[in-house]
Amino acid sequence: MDLFIQLLDTTVRLSVPLLLAALAGLYSERSGIFDIGLEGKMLGGAFGAAAVASLTGSAWLGLVTGIGVAMVLAMIHAFASITARGNQIVSGVAINFIAAGLAVLLGQSWFGLGGQTPQLPNSARFTPIELPFAEALSGVPVLGPIYSDLISGHNVLVYFAFVMVPVTWWVLFRTRFGLRLRAVGENPAAVDTAGISVVWARYRALMITGVLCGVAGSYLAVAQSAGFGRDMTAGKGFIALAALIFAKWKPVNVMFAALLFGFLEALDIRFQGVEIPGIGAIPVQLMQALPYILTVVLLAGFIGKAIPPKAGGVPYVKER
Amino acid sequence: MKNELPKWADYGLIPLMNLAVAFLVSGLVVLFVGENPIEAARLMIRGSLGYGEGIGFTLFHATNFIFTGLAVAVAFHCGLFNIGGEGQAYIGGLGAAVVALAFDRIVPWWITFPIAIAASALFGALWALIPAWLQAKRGSHVVITTIMFNFIASSLMVYLLTGLLRPQGSMAPQTRTFEAGGQIPKLDFMMDWFGLDIGGAPLNLSFLVALVAAFLVWVLIWRTRFGYELRTMGTNPTAAIYAGIPPVKTIVVTMLISGALAGMMALNPVMGEQARVELDFVAGAGFVGIAVALMGRSHPVGIVIAAILFGMLYQGGAELAFDMPNISRDMIIVIQGLVILFAGALEHMFRPTLIGFFQILSIRFSSSSKEAA
Repeated sequence: MDLFIQLLDTTVRLSVPLLLAALAGLYSERSGIFDIGLEGKMLGGAFGAAAVASLTGSAWLGLVTGIGVAMVLAMIHAFASITARGNQIVSGVAINFIAAGLAVLLGQSWFGLGGQTPQLPNSARFTPIELPFAEALSGVPVLGPIYSDLISGHNVLVYFAFVMVPVTWWVLFRTRFGLRLRAVGENPAAVDTAGISVVWARYRALMITGVLCGVAGSYLAVAQSAGFGRDMTAGKGFIALAALIFAKWKPVNVMFAALLFGFLEALDIRFQGVEIPGIGAIPVQLMQALPYILTVVLLAGFIGKAIPPKAGGVPYVKER
Repeated sequence: MKNELPKWADYGLIPLMNLAVAFLVSGLVVLFVGENPIEAARLMIRGSLGYGEGIGFTLFHATNFIFTGLAVAVAFHCGLFNIGGEGQAYIGGLGAAVVALAFDRIVPWWITFPIAIAASALFGALWALIPAWLQAKRGSHVVITTIMFNFIASSLMVYLLTGLLRPQGSMAPQTRTFEAGGQIPKLDFMMDWFGLDIGGAPLNLSFLVALVAAFLVWVLIWRTRFGYELRTMGTNPTAAIYAGIPPVKTIVVTMLISGALAGMMALNPVMGEQARVELDFVAGAGFVGIAVALMGRSHPVGIVIAAILFGMLYQGGAELAFDMPNISRDMIIVIQGLVILFAGALEHMFRPTLIGFFQILSIRFSSSSKEAA
């Protein structure tokens, strides 16, 4: 039981960056803008957050900077793919390169630690929060440990990520803004005919993408770890993209996909090299590749069908 | 006046303008970290073209980018975006390694080499097969599936290099070093013709293979029936299908050729430089291929030029990192990203302005010629 709760606890921690980045991608792709630059935005956000947190000693200022950096990168992507009508995939690739290069280049030039930022003290990080009565209720069988170990004791960004799931659902499916956002992703010409600006709707969607990627990056650098390291996102942006597709572009599914991929990672860490009777040790690399393999299997149409937003990837040209 | 540019402006001026802006912004980055951008540019040009060894390294890097650039371009012409060059090249390395490991002790290099070319191409093509088939049959977006396959390739290669391919008693995740029969000879004699000393640069025969591949791609795309079908499919799939061009076959074969080209890239680092397969030997060349194909306007001649330019960037950047303490090798990645951004994603940025400029020019010109008459 203890082991199981520990495993789930690790799952939650590991799935938070995936969840945030996948939700970020959800806003972008639902508005018709493909985004393979989630990785770069996250990395840029992580570097900004760690650099400022170490200079000011404040995790919150770090978070604000992380969001700012990711936002700037998101706006470059927006300008390239909405205003300049460029290729969205190419723009995403460019952002991944620029973020990966600049973060280490600037890190080396500012801190001289080979691209890392200095180790952050706990005061400059987001530390775990004890929810009320966690201590008192820990004695209650079954529910006690779940509440005190699994639900309580995470940092504020973890709760933010999970709160964003219903919020995203509500924004996308219950507000006028969300309706328009989804509409520009399906049929921008119709939205335009109704007198609503396609360009502005898409820009707003990408702003949210920037914010969420920034939070995801900050989580990596100033909550989960204590500082920025070279290539610290390590493909998480792409796993998030896989999770988004796996979830068929739906907010609640995105949460479950992120948790599933986080769980695979947690299993991988926990049971590395452990022999399973009858099968033998499962190679670490297979576990690491599993999210991608599952997504390809899904895309192949063997587990339901993933249909992307119709207008995704196509720059909108207003009729004259 | 149509909304079009003269050809020389479209193929020459626009890429040059985009490149200039990319370098300008890179210069600002250099300035920002406190170094002199003009001095940096001078160091990069001297480091990449100033002496025999530098040129050797430049062309060595260019070899990789010609292959991956051609891979992206072939798919582009069919309207497909093969972003999986990275993984296909990695698996292509496996093909080259299998051949080299099997034959290097028995036969001379000129027997191993052609077999290794075929094997690397075959392995690269096979790695593109599933994404190709899924795109053609199931309509799954080839961009997404090839990204996924890059990561799967990476995991697979780590698994093999730490296990099966690792020689006994060695801790390093790499194959054993190939004997002479598994190595591609250097092109030092060719550099000698120009009176240049290749030094330690690993420029090898696969550079010539890359040039031959570029020529063959030109023949394929503009001089064969399949090339015509491929371009038709890329320009207008509906018309292509109506004209009786088989869509599934065209897409799958195009992707196989693309994957094969990416796979052959592995020959250069694996058999030409390190004489073994190391972790991550592709090192982003698959993605650079995207930039190379975009800048080269998907034409083999343009791709060779753009690949040499990126080769200069890699070699010059390495020299730069050596000479300027504040600039690490990551500057190359930044410049690369900026080139991809300005020459790729923002390629149309200057087009409207330029079209306007040419319109004004032509109106002036026609009115003044009227006055003269």
